[in-house]
Amino acid sequence: MGARSRIGGRMREYPRPAAGTQPEYLYAGYRSTLLRAPKQPLIVLPHTLSERTGPLFGHNPIGETDNDLTRQCKHEPQGERIIVAGRVMDEDGRPLPGTLVELWQANAAGRYRHARDDHRAPLDPNFMGAGRAFTDDGGRYRFTTIKPGAYPWRNHANAWRPAHLHFSLFGPAWVARLVTQMFFTNDPLLPLDPVLQSIADEGARNRLVSSFDLSLTEPEWALGYRFDIVLRGRNATPFEE
Amino acid sequence: MAKASTASQTVGPFFNFGLTADTKLGRLARDGAKGERIRLSFRIVDGEGAPTPGDAMIELWQADARGKYDHPEDARAMAPDPNFCGFGRLETGPDGTCVFETVKPGRVPGADGSPQAPHININVFARGLLKQLPTRVYFAGERGNDEDAVLGLVPAARRDTLMARPVPGQPGAWHIEIRLQGAGETVFFDV
Repeated sequence: MGARSRIGGRMREYPRPAAGTQPEYLYAGYRSTLLRAPKQPLIVLPHTLSERTGPLFGHNPIGETDNDLTRQCKHEPQGERIIVAGRVMDEDGRPLPGTLVELWQANAAGRYRHARDDHRAPLDPNFMGAGRAFTDDGGRYRFTTIKPGAYPWRNHANAWRPAHLHFSLFGPAWVARLVTQMFFTNDPLLPLDPVLQSIADEGARNRLVSSFDLSLTEPEWALGYRFDIVLRGRNATPFEE
Repeated sequence: MAKASTASQTVGPFFNFGLTADTKLGRLARDGAKGERIRLSFRIVDGEGAPTPGDAMIELWQADARGKYDHPEDARAMAPDPNFCGFGRLETGPDGTCVFETVKPGRVPGADGSPQAPHININVFARGLLKQLPTRVYFAGERGNDEDAVLGLVPAARRDTLMARPVPGQPGAWHIEIRLQGAGETVFFDV
């Protein structure tokens, strides 16, 4: 134990992701990366208190309809009601309770409630398109929303984004911060989407695709989709010298 | 490690109503916060020098004026400033800028325990960024910059890209440019 405590600082590192499991900054297929990806290599930072801490939001109250995007307006939104739920955990599978999960998305017609979204599809006066939730003691979150539509974008000729939900998560440390997107299974646009295809590793791409789950599905009400999220964790295995 | 961490994807251009509608997140220092109050402005520009028009955002994470992080991992026996929130988040306006009201952070221990120079941890998110770009903001002329271990990892010619500078004629105002690419490219970190 003495030897282990002397190398305690090393045990607390958050290991870097395996090659290919995260996108690189530059991916020519996604045109917007061309002028925004840095050209210089990033400098590897040892983890100090600055990286091992991070904002915690566990005491913030959330509103009753924050995790139900179908009940935020006077009437129900148009579209197919769905339930999206899953577990947030670290790389060792340990649940991460009290994690803030933010969600935003286009409406059923594929239009965002954003001043600069000029897609010729209707806005829905009963759909704001944003929600948030905190994970429970088991790391579980749950949203009720509507299935977003696919929409065109100008990345290349006849380019369409597959239906997706945007997720933002704050883990226990600054280095665990994650913004990602959740997709739907069997969507024919997935292999054509440069944003998703920017991830080299097939398994890592597949983990962004939610799975239909009959046990989450509520009879006479809404289909259920499961989307588990893994945030960077500490290496729990002590070093042996 | 049994599982790989979930892959990142871009925030895209339309995150405003989901992430940055609450402009109170630009104010980290409330009334009564201790320390030297500063207004820290950013401008983000792309590889052609064009500002990011509302489709980028900056997140800040910093210690309070005494150098305390409000987080259990910071186990030093100091109470965090109750009038200070270490987290901030704003989108850039049409001119690529945003301004945070905060305090200059105190010094926090580095990897070997010796104090780091005052710094603010930054994540840049934007359309065209498939994952966040981490960087740090230091303060030009600050005592301690010369011995800072992280700055020591940065080639001397590029350290200036991490320095906020006082805005002439505006006491308490500091500014830093985030150049995503090209000449004068900001130093970004692999955390």
